[in-house]
Amino acid sequence: MIYQDSKVILEVRGLCASVNGVEILKGLDFTVKSGEVHAIMGPNGSGKSTFAKVLAGHTAYEVTSGTALFEGRDLFELAPEERALAGVFLAFQYPIEVPGVANNQFLRLSYNTIQAQRGNEELDPLEFDDFVREKMKLLEMSPDFLSRNVNEGFSGGEKKRNEILQMALLEPSLGILDETDSGLDIDALRIVSHGVNQLTNKNNGIVLVTHYQRLLNYIVPDFVHVMEAGRIIKTGGKELALELETRGYDWVAAEHQAAMETV
Amino acid sequence: MNTLTSIRRPPAGCFQTLLTGLPKLQASPLPRINALRAEAVNRLDVLSLPSTRDEDWRFTDISELTKLSFSPALNATYLESADVAHFYIEEATTRLVFVDGLYAPQLSNSASNNGMVVSNLQTVLTTHAAVIEAHIGRHVTFNDNVFAALNTAFLRDAAVVIVPRNESDATPIHLLFIATQKEIVSTPRCLVIAETGSAVTVIEDYVVLYQPAWHEETPFTEETHFTNAVTEIMLEDNARVNHIRIQREGSKAFHIANCVVSLGRASNYQSVSVALGAQIARYNLEVLLAEGAECAVDGLTLIATNQLSDTHTCIDHAQPHGVSRQLHKCIIGGSAHAVFNGKIMVRNGAQRTDSIQSSRNLLLSGKAHVDTKPQLEIFADDVKCAHGATIGQLDSEEVFYLQSRGLSDSVARNLLTYAFGAEIIERIPVASLKHQLEQTVLEQTSSQL
Repeated sequence: MIYQDSKVILEVRGLCASVNGVEILKGLDFTVKSGEVHAIMGPNGSGKSTFAKVLAGHTAYEVTSGTALFEGRDLFELAPEERALAGVFLAFQYPIEVPGVANNQFLRLSYNTIQAQRGNEELDPLEFDDFVREKMKLLEMSPDFLSRNVNEGFSGGEKKRNEILQMALLEPSLGILDETDSGLDIDALRIVSHGVNQLTNKNNGIVLVTHYQRLLNYIVPDFVHVMEAGRIIKTGGKELALELETRGYDWVAAEHQAAMETV
Repeated sequence: MNTLTSIRRPPAGCFQTLLTGLPKLQASPLPRINALRAEAVNRLDVLSLPSTRDEDWRFTDISELTKLSFSPALNATYLESADVAHFYIEEATTRLVFVDGLYAPQLSNSASNNGMVVSNLQTVLTTHAAVIEAHIGRHVTFNDNVFAALNTAFLRDAAVVIVPRNESDATPIHLLFIATQKEIVSTPRCLVIAETGSAVTVIEDYVVLYQPAWHEETPFTEETHFTNAVTEIMLEDNARVNHIRIQREGSKAFHIANCVVSLGRASNYQSVSVALGAQIARYNLEVLLAEGAECAVDGLTLIATNQLSDTHTCIDHAQPHGVSRQLHKCIIGGSAHAVFNGKIMVRNGAQRTDSIQSSRNLLLSGKAHVDTKPQLEIFADDVKCAHGATIGQLDSEEVFYLQSRGLSDSVARNLLTYAFGAEIIERIPVASLKHQLEQTVLEQTSSQL
């Protein structure tokens, strides 16, 4: 939701980034204010997921120019875990399986690390168990998922729920959801979307990276951005997503091309 | 002082000096044992120490061992229960303890009721002569195995477990071998017989009385000793044995062990072996399956500094309908060197064999080294077999995932390394031991990162 006098959470200017020497992001500008939900759409290979990973600090991506201020701090000065501690959260497109580590052990370790950073009290295993079970209800997750190994043998939908559960526990000020809707059936999509909606408030910002409009029926964005060749070439309201759904992306690129030529 | 000296390829009889130093063993009341010892001594005349020119020892150079002097323990170090209680495993109320290879009755808690025997060999030699004669030295043969021959030449005592027909013991049995003296060669021996339809869990555990290297808070002196163990396990039809083997010798020790497991029809053998200690360690495990027998043979090697740890296994499907599963993992830090050689043999006629073998290796440093060789030899035509090996470092995507949840790079790496090892440790069906080893893995991995 767009609020009056909300503060800027993330401000990206002229971001260029490459992987293995190939430039993927080519001068990207992007601003998120608190309370806002942004959807980033665009064809395959336009750089959406790269942008999400660059924000989270993936070391395979090299930022070659541009700036990103996160709540006034230079994001690119921070290691991935420092970004997490500062309040950046990335829900992975493909959550990693960690055999040998119980989910509750991992969730508590992560939760307590971030609580310690914020000067809050850490929870012992029993306290945490109560706390996390409450959060799991939000995502209609069975408590069985606590004793299983992190994401091991989880279905696609279960992995995505586990990601949103982590977001619920860590309460980031910037939540980036990288294709959280991919691989979800309609029930799981509804549950995950409901969870995300419960987590949005006027103090945080959400960035949804998605291919499809259907997610946006459930999580209604304030802004829809179209990415193409490493840049945001069009920004509109939620109705832009519907237009993209019926017309595809080509017309946006053509419009952008024409605009560039007249300049 | 007796010496195991050798030139590069030692001549026959390199152990003679050691053997002549041994006080003449009293004749055993069992003729079989006297015969075995005599045969073994003779065999040592012919056998030579392996070198890296032997295919089976290609990656494992034991020349360090041959440069040192060892003598057998003549007097047992007298220990009180309080000295060693920290080695005890809560669930294992039955326990046999050997100190430098010599039986320590004051530390042991033997059992002999309902026909169940958990005792040292000397005690049950005459009462169970027939069954002992039927099995001892029959499974681990020493014709071409110099270390098995050496062990057998020293055969005086052993840990004996006999589980009678259809008897099942839910509580694990702890066979604890403690090394306390330097420059000692000890020759532990275990004989486990699970009769038809019986079930038992046996923990074979090699420890030192000083703290291993990764507990830096307690000062200690590391000493060199040489453990040369032989274990024979016999499962009669439909028997079930859980065998947990923990090798946590000191960092200067030499540990060589030969184990042969013989599975009767439709029997089930589950084994987890964990190798943590020793300067040079070598474990040979041979599992022979009769019709419809099943086994799971899992292992974890966790080594660092300049340790060398070698595991050779052979799972031999001699008859049809056998099932075997093997997962062997190595975590190698420092400039350590791990070796895994796992052979799956499917003999002619062993139709419908179902076998899966996997070797997974994690290198924690640029100087760490592993040689892994999974081998399938199939002589039957209707079988389902798969094997594979991976060698790698920690996956950077996994590290990033954990970092993105606020964990530092080192905590993330530590957790993933721990998890890699925990997959094997989790398979140990004894809760307190499992917990203890999880802690050990956690401490050792964190000290390296």
